[in-house]
Amino acid sequence: MHCDTPGRKGKISTCFDCNGSVDVLIHTASRTEAVIIMSKRKPKDSHLTVGECVSQVQRLLRGRFCHQQLPSEPAGVESQHKHLLELLKRTAIHGESNSVLIVGPRGAGKTMLLNCVLKELMEENEVKKNVLLVHLNGLLQTDDRIALKEITRQLHLENVVGDKVFGSFAENLAFLLEALKKGNRSSSRPVLFTLDEFDLFAHHKNQTLLYNLLDISQSAQAPIAVVGLTCRLDVLELLEKRVKSRFSHRQIHLLNPLGFQHYLSTARLQLSLPQDFPDCRFAEEWNASIKALCEDKSAEAVLRKHFNSSKDYRSLNKLLMLTLSRVTVSNPTVRSADLLEASRLCTADAKANILHGLSILELCLIIAMKHLNDIYDGEPFNFQMVHNEFKKFIQRKSHSVHNFEKPVVIKAFEHLQQLELIRPMDGSSAKTQKEYQLVKLMLDHTQIMEALQKYPQCPTDVKQWAMSAFG
Amino acid sequence: MSVLLQHPGYADERLRLVTERLPCREAQARTMLALMGEPEQYSYPSIFIYGHRATGKSYVTQTLLKELELPHVVVSCVECVSAGLLFEQVLMTFFGSSSSASLPRSPSFSDFVRLYRQLCTQLPANQTRYIVLDKAELLRDMDANFLPGFLRLQELVDDNVTVIFLSEIVWDKFRPNTGCFEPLLLHFPNYSKVELQEILAQDCHPSYSPELYSSYINILLGVFYSVCRDLRELRHLAALNFVKFCEPLENGEAKEKDTHKLWRNIEPHLKRAMQTVYLREVSSVQWEQQQQTEERETADMRVLSAHDHVELPFYSKFLLIAAYLASYNPARTDRRFFLKHHGKIKKTNFLKKHEKTSNHLLGPKPFPLDRLLAIFYSVVDSRVAPTASVFSQDKRLLFSGGASISLPVVLSEPVSTQCLGSPTPDPQRTLPYLSALQRAHQVKVNPCEM
Repeated sequence: MHCDTPGRKGKISTCFDCNGSVDVLIHTASRTEAVIIMSKRKPKDSHLTVGECVSQVQRLLRGRFCHQQLPSEPAGVESQHKHLLELLKRTAIHGESNSVLIVGPRGAGKTMLLNCVLKELMEENEVKKNVLLVHLNGLLQTDDRIALKEITRQLHLENVVGDKVFGSFAENLAFLLEALKKGNRSSSRPVLFTLDEFDLFAHHKNQTLLYNLLDISQSAQAPIAVVGLTCRLDVLELLEKRVKSRFSHRQIHLLNPLGFQHYLSTARLQLSLPQDFPDCRFAEEWNASIKALCEDKSAEAVLRKHFNSSKDYRSLNKLLMLTLSRVTVSNPTVRSADLLEASRLCTADAKANILHGLSILELCLIIAMKHLNDIYDGEPFNFQMVHNEFKKFIQRKSHSVHNFEKPVVIKAFEHLQQLELIRPMDGSSAKTQKEYQLVKLMLDHTQIMEALQKYPQCPTDVKQWAMSAFG
Repeated sequence: MSVLLQHPGYADERLRLVTERLPCREAQARTMLALMGEPEQYSYPSIFIYGHRATGKSYVTQTLLKELELPHVVVSCVECVSAGLLFEQVLMTFFGSSSSASLPRSPSFSDFVRLYRQLCTQLPANQTRYIVLDKAELLRDMDANFLPGFLRLQELVDDNVTVIFLSEIVWDKFRPNTGCFEPLLLHFPNYSKVELQEILAQDCHPSYSPELYSSYINILLGVFYSVCRDLRELRHLAALNFVKFCEPLENGEAKEKDTHKLWRNIEPHLKRAMQTVYLREVSSVQWEQQQQTEERETADMRVLSAHDHVELPFYSKFLLIAAYLASYNPARTDRRFFLKHHGKIKKTNFLKKHEKTSNHLLGPKPFPLDRLLAIFYSVVDSRVAPTASVFSQDKRLLFSGGASISLPVVLSEPVSTQCLGSPTPDPQRTLPYLSALQRAHQVKVNPCEM
């Protein structure tokens, strides 16, 4: 086993023997990072060891894959970016109220787009001082009261609201916005509301929060912009009529229409190192290896397989993250075998995995259920029928090997129920005895057969029983 | 020989310690370590680990986190009857005991995230924080926003935090309707027979040779492996029965070499253990006492399921029998069986029609109260007046309904009192107690059975 610890040079270090990289390093790397690395290094070393390089790569790429770090430039969504930026600018600078919905499937980069736009918006000087941001999330603010509290908090109005009790929700909200108007400037400051998981807000009682926010955006009061993010295409159907009529019906769709070539280049871009990587020699080598990887036929096949199942960035990130986790000091490049292994881990059939772990008795019960399903055409069954079927098998094969007592079989049956491989038909389990409770098998015919093929040391008679058509 | 785990960022010494403590789980530990990365690097927001019972999911996770001294909290979702307990535990471990004091009485997820963010700015994570949620399938029964919330906790609190879910159930059964942040899936496969043997052989008895214990484990697995692959259960059974296995050695009847003799001695004993201890019919203490006293035969032990003899009053007995007859026989045979002068029925048609689908296979059928009483009067020889006491007994049986009571005198197998039938309201009976009884019935009536 090749072993390499950081600080010691591995065998790969022979390829990085350039000595003049120090000044390049200090110029290219961001100052703070370079200082940290400099202090770690021994003074004689001219560039980073492989261990440190790999560690740097891991840190950088993990930030991208796991932490959803913002890219410098959103790719492929230029028109949407422009549209949104312009809209928010009009609120922020001209004091115009707006509402917009960003719709797209999960992992399509909605939050990324919004955050990119907000970052760009906040860089402008007059906007930064003027605009107030309120982030709400449907997962967190599960009802309007919590949401209102959160708005108060994010606008730093707790001291103003104090112990005052408000009659209605709208009154409270009106007060909040009134307070905004009376802020330190004579004119009011614009507020940007971002509502993540917008569809969950639509499930609130009477949709009061949405109604009020959109109402304010319609009537000429404090300038606000309401930006909703949702993955549901039918989100407008969820809105009540009065809420819908106050919404501006501006929607931005992010439907990742990119083709496979774009997907491939995204993968490549995600994996490659930036220009300002501390060790430029390593970065070059790395980027070259990534380029080679993307041109590799087997790697392309893996990526195409994933592309065919889903096009979103997040599943791609997941795949790349698994690939990256296989990069170590002894293996400092991404090979197509790593990608293949990661894809295998990603696409493994979970139910088949669970089936492989069952004991022989439980497997026999599953086969008996499969036969019952075949004979009675998917009708629900109870334990007695399964046990009957199983007994027939034992009698016919006349092997005493599988001859178990009924309570042992019941225990196996209950274990299957715990694993949710079989599901009771009606929820009320207390009313009927467990032997007579009707259940349904939650497995497919082919799933069972495939699992049986791969089952470790499956007895031949059990296998044959499963194959035979009539029990 | 197991390969040592290695990962930059962790001391070799510690990793060696971890490797020693995780037999047969090197591959899984290596994958987890690779996913976790170095302590200060980001890890994937949520990792979902699934596998059968006793495949080392919690053990591997906890050993890794504990031995490598990473900031982590292990929360069992069974204990968290309210979400507040969960939040409190997480905050307390990460930010000290005073942090959870500012949680409101019944905190929402929003409160938790807000407080976490607040404390996080004071105590930023320099290492990845891990939240391990054991028995994660129970999260599905909590509020709908919990599971999606925890899945994207890293994004919500904007901290270097990773949530690890442990469950026996596959991820497909967790996915919410509107989708969620998909976690990384990791499977822990079952131990193979060889691995089980290796692990079980580790806790051998000091006064005997390891080879002897190993051969004992081999016999044990030979009996139990086709029924049970649960390491914990097997280990428990191994510990219980070892005394019996060593008995011939103690008495001097056999030597350690006589494997066949030892096997012949223990095999029927183990088979009996499967029917008793494995099913928890007798407790482990009872079983051990049994082995010590030895005079009594194991079979005539008072097992738990043998306590099925219940003393009932006379009328209750007959009511129960009547109920059993009513629920397991079709109504159209009543005439033939219970009426004294029922006239002629063609035997051939009558029997052949429903011979195949046995009623005992499909379970008890509901029946109206009138039918029960009719059968009751016909079964009891003497004249019974429909007094209040009869009805009240009926009612008493009802309340214990659903329990399976066997009458060893009359019937050989357990009787189900499927007395949850739907009584048809009869306006002619004006007896007050009957209507009261019917009200009692109505409570339990299932509308679909009407």
